Amino acid sequence: MIRLERRREPSRAAAAVTPVLAVVATMVAGGLMFALLGKNPVEAIRIIFWDPLFSEQFASYSRPQLLVKAGPLILIAIGLSLGFRAGVWNIGAEGQYIIGAIAGAAVALAFHPADLWFIFPLMIVAGALGGFLWAMIPAILKTRFNTNEILVSLLLVYVAEQVLAAASTGFLRNPDGVGFPGSRNLAQYPAAANTEIIPGTGMHWGVAAAFIAVIAAYILLNRHITGFNIRLAGQSPRAARFAGVDPNRLVIFCLGVSGALAGLAGLFEVAGPARQISIDFNVGYGFTAIIVAFLGRLHPVGILFAGLLMALTYIGGELAQIMLGLPAAAIQSFQGMLLFFLLAGDVLTNYRVRFRQRRVA
Amino acid sequence: MDLSAISPTLLVFALIVASTPILLAALGELVAERAGVLNLGVEGMMITGAICGFAAAFETGSPMLGFLAAAVGGAALSLVFGFLTQVLLSNQVATGLALTLFGLGLAAMLGQPYSGQSVPATPRLDLGPVNDIPFIGRVVFGHDWVVYFSLALAAAVWGFMKYSRAGLILRAVGENHDAAHALGYPVVAIRIAAIAFGGACAGLGGAYISLVRVPSWTEGMTAGAGWIALAIVVFGAWRAGRVVIGAYLFGGVTVLQLNLQAAGIAIPGEILSMSPYLITILVLVIISADRSRAALNAPAALGRTFHASS
Repeated sequence: MIRLERRREPSRAAAAVTPVLAVVATMVAGGLMFALLGKNPVEAIRIIFWDPLFSEQFASYSRPQLLVKAGPLILIAIGLSLGFRAGVWNIGAEGQYIIGAIAGAAVALAFHPADLWFIFPLMIVAGALGGFLWAMIPAILKTRFNTNEILVSLLLVYVAEQVLAAASTGFLRNPDGVGFPGSRNLAQYPAAANTEIIPGTGMHWGVAAAFIAVIAAYILLNRHITGFNIRLAGQSPRAARFAGVDPNRLVIFCLGVSGALAGLAGLFEVAGPARQISIDFNVGYGFTAIIVAFLGRLHPVGILFAGLLMALTYIGGELAQIMLGLPAAAIQSFQGMLLFFLLAGDVLTNYRVRFRQRRVA
Repeated sequence: MDLSAISPTLLVFALIVASTPILLAALGELVAERAGVLNLGVEGMMITGAICGFAAAFETGSPMLGFLAAAVGGAALSLVFGFLTQVLLSNQVATGLALTLFGLGLAAMLGQPYSGQSVPATPRLDLGPVNDIPFIGRVVFGHDWVVYFSLALAAAVWGFMKYSRAGLILRAVGENHDAAHALGYPVVAIRIAAIAFGGACAGLGGAYISLVRVPSWTEGMTAGAGWIALAIVVFGAWRAGRVVIGAYLFGGVTVLQLNLQAAGIAIPGEILSMSPYLITILVLVIISADRSRAALNAPAALGRTFHASS
């Protein structure tokens, strides 16, 4: 019979192999799903994973998109991973992303049409602050009243979506927009636009911020006492308490950082690829980033690669929509499946599989 | 603004309709959590139930079969969660989130051919002259069978937990799985059964939204109802009776804000639309503020992974 035996220590080899196995398993299961939808599975997988990067026809458009899509995913996932390591579950990054974008855009629109050098830096501060403050709601409710941060942060996403609706139809609406919802186009406002640093690569300031966040998180987790406390609190809450780690400060820190990073991601998006505040501004990066964080094993470098891979499935999914008529939601289930296989594979990290005959006592 | 346009009969009637999906989902989650399983995938199971129910009712023309299909669909999806968390010992929080993300995608995919379609109405109870009694005839006797079923289910869950031996075992598993295991109870099997029950209830709740409350299919139509059901379980202190109160309170807020929007009250629509979520958060804060009581009610092994060492 098969039984599981707990490992003394999580296996590093298994932890590294699991994501690869999960991706392969998802391709197989996804292929089956596409076949059930009446599409050629091999072609669908090729269009999703290969064509965006290497097809002559699409690569010139798709390759820059890779960084555009990966930037916010990585930025948000880095923040979430800190909390997930410490057992602080912020699943409302989508809301913090929206509020960050609104705060940043509000600063830009308040200065419109002035052309001052400090507008864009000020927007960055406002974006981060907006996300930070939105995340402080579950953080303070958790530390003051012991309220479950999972539920509060998630419910606040729906509140943020209403704020977004109010912003795009009300207080941030373009006064010259002849009644159409949506704010002014920030891309046409040079002092506020988040332009590409290197034209044609998709490398805008948000992507640069994502790379900086990866490096900063790596240093924090490996070289700083706060990072050590985060890892300690996650692996052994009791040991952390004895070591004098204040759980409340950890909650504030983890939610604050992840909120600020999600807010930044929102700001860079609204001033860059999205161009304006509109009702359908948020496209679920805050939720997909949860998958990215786990796929990257909550490790900064892993998240970098996971973010790029997940961005690839987004772009490939769009391509498959055009080429094969694959429904948009198919790629969402595909991403969900990936997380399932990953979590299933984790059993190999923490447990050893033993095949043994049942002995007669 | 014209508040007199709001009819109390219709208000209370709509309140019950709005509460029923959340009540069903919350009762299922209550049983799962009492067995020590925190399933954050309620939203995913609800939306899957919503589309399974809608599709089945559309294809067969029978709302009854629709509800059946919804329960089966929700339970099937919940078994994915059960397998991962109970057999492969994965983290319950992460797996529950995965279930929600996957369920939303799956439902959107399955639902594509069905948007804009309509289904036959679920018949209401017909008691002839009794239904003509003002107020009571409509509010107490004028509902479809699912409303009465959800209340009966609440009573059944209450009785099961309080009086039956099986309920006692289920609670033992949720309080201390190692002790329950040592006594010879099949912890994993009991938990998987509780998870499947939770999935079936969430599926029914979702189907009530797509078959009765709206009734049609749109992507993401559960709009956080699953998360609110999770909050209601905490609000109800893991007791069936209080969960009923919580679900009806929430339904009341939802219906009231919709009616106020329709009556053209001088509060922006967005603020009214966000009020059910804000009030849920407020209620959660009030309930959890008393640390000692909150800790006393929650099942002690909630969310913890069980691995039999021998």
